[in-house]
Amino acid sequence: MPKTEIDLPYRVEYLSILDPDGQVDASLDPSLPDELLLKLYRGMVLGRKFDERMLILQRQGKIGTFAPVKGQEAQVAVTAAMEENDWLVPSFRETPAEIWRGRPMESVLLLYSGYNEGGRAPEGIRTLPVSVPVGSQTLHGAGIGYAMKYRGEKSVAVTFFGDGATSEGDFHEAMNFAAVFQVPTVFVCQNNHWAISIPRSRQTHSKTIAQKALAYDMPGLQVDGNDVLAVYQASRDAISRARSGGGPAFLELITYRMSLHTTADDPKKYRSEEEVQEWIKRDPITRFEKYLRDKDLLSDEKIQSIAAEVQAEISAAEGRWSAFVEKGVDPLDMFEWPYAQMPPDLVEQREELRRELEAKRGKVEKDTLVRD
Amino acid sequence: MPKMNMVQAINMALRQEMEKDDSVILLGEDVGRDGGVFRVTDGLLDKFGPERVVDTPLAESAIAGFSIGMAIAGLRPVCEMQFSGFSYFAFHQMESHASRMRQRTLGRVGVPMVMRAPYGGGVRALEHHSESREVYWAHTPGLKMVIPSTPRTARALLVSAIRDPDPVVFYEPKAVYRAFREEVPEEEETFPIGKSRLALEGKDITVISYGAMLRPTLEAASELKDKEGIECEVVDLLTISPLDDKLFTESVRKTGRAVVVHEAPRSFGAGAEVVARLVDKSFLYLEAPVRRVTGFDLVIPYYQREQDYLPGVFRIATAIRETLEF
Repeated sequence: MPKTEIDLPYRVEYLSILDPDGQVDASLDPSLPDELLLKLYRGMVLGRKFDERMLILQRQGKIGTFAPVKGQEAQVAVTAAMEENDWLVPSFRETPAEIWRGRPMESVLLLYSGYNEGGRAPEGIRTLPVSVPVGSQTLHGAGIGYAMKYRGEKSVAVTFFGDGATSEGDFHEAMNFAAVFQVPTVFVCQNNHWAISIPRSRQTHSKTIAQKALAYDMPGLQVDGNDVLAVYQASRDAISRARSGGGPAFLELITYRMSLHTTADDPKKYRSEEEVQEWIKRDPITRFEKYLRDKDLLSDEKIQSIAAEVQAEISAAEGRWSAFVEKGVDPLDMFEWPYAQMPPDLVEQREELRRELEAKRGKVEKDTLVRD
Repeated sequence: MPKMNMVQAINMALRQEMEKDDSVILLGEDVGRDGGVFRVTDGLLDKFGPERVVDTPLAESAIAGFSIGMAIAGLRPVCEMQFSGFSYFAFHQMESHASRMRQRTLGRVGVPMVMRAPYGGGVRALEHHSESREVYWAHTPGLKMVIPSTPRTARALLVSAIRDPDPVVFYEPKAVYRAFREEVPEEEETFPIGKSRLALEGKDITVISYGAMLRPTLEAASELKDKEGIECEVVDLLTISPLDDKLFTESVRKTGRAVVVHEAPRSFGAGAEVVARLVDKSFLYLEAPVRRVTGFDLVIPYYQREQDYLPGVFRIATAIRETLEF
């Protein structure tokens, strides 16, 4: 028997529509309506400015550790291609996407300032909470896809993760399940080139991450992840394919973590400033601005007015967050959360803590009296 | 003797064991170039090179399973879980293989590996970065579960763990990492796994603790002594499993009263085992019920409520006082 090549259903393609200089490939331009283009721009600017603001708040000690998103704002094009009843299954660097899907900014601030209230899912929004254990949420995305298919809902699950996550077993198991059961789940890998200190080249020996999809007979497309038009086009294709029963798909968005892994990280230990500078030239926002100016959708005044609007929105969210913080929370609330119905053990333990807090307050009052 | 914090002490233990034995290999996420997210392995890549200080892809199960293979083949892997909250991915490999290989092969194949992981609360971290789940490992036959409380005990115990013929899970109290310095001898020092130590001598009551909770326990003891003349005897467990019950059961025979302190959830925690041993071995000497001062039976809340969850000096001192007044 001869050795023959086996025909696989897919090959890996790369999609780029708007280059780093803002030049558009006219043959691929999805020609999106002006309103959507401006909404995408606004969503990216909001993502950037909110991130910058959070970094300041973190450095001032007003919020704790968080994962900055700078450079990856074109992710909003994925959520822009989703329908209202679709599911977003994020990891922890999808704040702009979560906001696009209706998560209030004050909820983000609450989470990172140490309030469990920041995890409370807004009513009626199909967005899962942030998932910290890398890659683990991809399985939930596959399971949600199964549920949608079983119920005959025409909804799609979109799960986000990073390049590091593709090393985890959970990720491969999710891909396999999604493919075996042909569920409407879209896997979105934000390849930002760094998993803390480990570069993409040391994360996997594969030339691309997209090719991993081929092992599951799932289409895998590599996309310029800083090109908001390409991200939109690729997401729309994958999502509508999944919605119409075509099964799961995989997108590798090539982007860059311009900032820190988290605010506890020091990237100077492991990557060069030159590399960062190279990627700043490929900033997703500046090239999109150029494109919108060329289309006469943006001007200096318009850019300023959008920036001002976005700042006002951030300030308003910050105001709501501050009001919550000033009001304070009851520590006893924590016993309400683990179970639908509080077991007797926890009722007892809550009582213990209540007594402890009272005794502590009593002690403080006594000490104050003594001093008086 | 040089004074060092726990990060430096652990770094020294790793460096000295690697100098002594070329089968000792470090592996984990960001342990090389980055020096670990807490800088525990800082400088070791430069000294020993990338074959011995291995930056792995992001996969905890693989790190554990890969280490098992290395250990079976004669190496002495010391793998790191970046946070203990991410070690559940690795639980399967540790429970299903690392812990059982010796028993499965009737002693022919051992797995001399160490799995290090920072654990515990009090550092204002995100979810999965603050928990205390040592009993998962302690409940697994075949594993040893060690939690040092100070720089010096961390260094000595880690050396013993690396040389141990069986798998050791080594939890490092991250709240202690840079909290204080202690004299740590440059020359070799080990501390036997499976032995506790007396952290403070006293006659009125025995307080048993370990890890990050040892500090507030000692603080409570000193406050009670200064203000009320109460003399606590404090036992630092150091090894959770196999548990050394000799020191604390004997201590309780002397004091007649005991309190156990840990930050892990109360039910089915290490404190429950301590109480059971006391009932088994010192029951007739007990003059009061044994109190457990612990975290509550829920996931440690985010940092705004964290201090209400964790046992502090007030909660510990109150329990000691109430046990004495019983």
